[in-house]
Amino acid sequence: MTAATATGLLAQIHAGAVTAVEVARFYLDRAEKLGRLNALVNLDPEAVLAQAKAVDEKRKAGQPLGPLAGIPVAIKDVLCVEGEPTTCGSRMLKNFRPPYDATVIAKLKAADAVLFGKANMDEFAMGSSTENSAYGPTRNPWDEDRIPGGSSGGSAAAVAADLAPLSLGTDTGGSIRQPAGLCGVVGLKPTYGRVSRYGLIAFASSLDQVGPFAHDLADTALLLKVLSGRDPHDSTSVDTPVPDYSATLDTPPKTLRVGLVREFFGDGLDPEIEAAIREAVRVYEAAGATVKEVSLPHSKYGIPAYYVVATAECSSNLARYDGTIYGHRAEDFSPKYPGEEGLPPLVRMMMASRAEGFGAEVKRRIMLGTFALSAGYADQYYNQALKVRRLIRNDFDAAFKEVDVLLGPTSPTPAFKLGEKTSDPLSMYLSDIYTITANLAGIPGLSVPCGLTKSGLPIGMQLLAPAFAEETLLRTARVFERATDWHTRRPALV
Amino acid sequence: MSLTIDEVAKVALLARLRLSPEELATFTGQLNAIVDFMAQLQEPDTSGVEPLAHGVEVRNVFRDDVLGPALPREKALANAPKRNDEGFLVPAVLE
Repeated sequence: MTAATATGLLAQIHAGAVTAVEVARFYLDRAEKLGRLNALVNLDPEAVLAQAKAVDEKRKAGQPLGPLAGIPVAIKDVLCVEGEPTTCGSRMLKNFRPPYDATVIAKLKAADAVLFGKANMDEFAMGSSTENSAYGPTRNPWDEDRIPGGSSGGSAAAVAADLAPLSLGTDTGGSIRQPAGLCGVVGLKPTYGRVSRYGLIAFASSLDQVGPFAHDLADTALLLKVLSGRDPHDSTSVDTPVPDYSATLDTPPKTLRVGLVREFFGDGLDPEIEAAIREAVRVYEAAGATVKEVSLPHSKYGIPAYYVVATAECSSNLARYDGTIYGHRAEDFSPKYPGEEGLPPLVRMMMASRAEGFGAEVKRRIMLGTFALSAGYADQYYNQALKVRRLIRNDFDAAFKEVDVLLGPTSPTPAFKLGEKTSDPLSMYLSDIYTITANLAGIPGLSVPCGLTKSGLPIGMQLLAPAFAEETLLRTARVFERATDWHTRRPALV
Repeated sequence: MSLTIDEVAKVALLARLRLSPEELATFTGQLNAIVDFMAQLQEPDTSGVEPLAHGVEVRNVFRDDVLGPALPREKALANAPKRNDEGFLVPAVLE
């Protein structure tokens, strides 16, 4: 069953060639054997088997099965599952059990999927390497001394290592696409508003989106359809019809106009990655695509604009963790450092609880966002960042008048070594340089495997499309997937 | 620009974060580096540019004003770090 896809497993389950329980047992065994990767946290084998058994019984009774019947799906630990530990990789939520399901979780349950544990992540989705987790880092299945990317590193590694055929991640600045690229799997960030954020524990509400990880595009299309659609619980979800992504996947797009973003091929791009992307361009040209260079002149402001907008929103969203309603509360909040004696006990309780509950990167971002929104600085930083955000969106609007999709590398380098960038936050931020602008503009993006470096590390190709053009994105990527076999490669894990 | 340790301490209080003197020193250095990096946001000409708060702009989403199911009290209190039968308990707010 290794190297299986969800589509392949579904066919076998429907045909009665395997049972959902057999599938679940296979992945449980593998997850146990590869526990050293630290990809999954809070995996409950009994709960997994109970769900699988329910699917088998439904099938035996001749009842109709949902589109993901019996398929294990690993869930990034930022998504609420009723009654199950949901920690966001943080000591703050160590004992938190949500009172309700996120909408995407309710949709997976309705589709008869098997929820397969919670996947490791950077604390509150803040990071690019999954090293900022209270559970410790996840290891890249292709090289265990390297990071899997982040923040959805556990979700990406889980699929790459065949611990589950599918997983859910979230993407605020590249947190699905970057780990997908670094782990050699497919990852899709939908258009902002395509998928409900209800029950997604908020980091930056105007940027966050839930999306799928899979081995190939057929599986991605299948899962995306289940996740998508308007939700009355999320007023920013959009009431645009959800296409049957699977049905049209194999139909090549009517026009295949591919844009290469000049700014995505500049300084800092690893030559092996550039070579793989140029080779992908040749594959498209051979398939009849028109390829032209386009410019996104404001993309260099993407990282600074993002780190103002995202941290401002996070400082507001994470204000709720104050030791009052849920989450960690410090036992001792008596004055500790100079200046605290004059503070009311309630304020000291909140400050001590947050100090104990949050890790360094979360604190840094809360501080940065609080600063960017503080009196005297809000115009210079926050409001200016929102204006630059408009310029970035305008760049995309102009580019998409000329081309159907934009093609480039997902990240500037392959997976780096564990610990390599932890002491320099700014260099860590730069690993999201090609992914971050899509979140600011709200457009969908996809990373597909497109090569391996000489030392055997995966390379990801990113495709970007206009808002709600996920179908174009998938069909265009499928043109490449049909012509290549990168999506069938697996790490040599023992 | 250069943020002083005192300014960073003020931000930490606003953010309700207790920082040790060592953390305060580290964060002051790191925040200054990041804020310097963000200074490039002043480069592009943004005169007449409207701020963009959401990539996909949705306006005035209304719903019918009908009562839906509410979270039962016991479920709402279940994750409380400190509680009694009917509410959350916090240290005294007023002296």
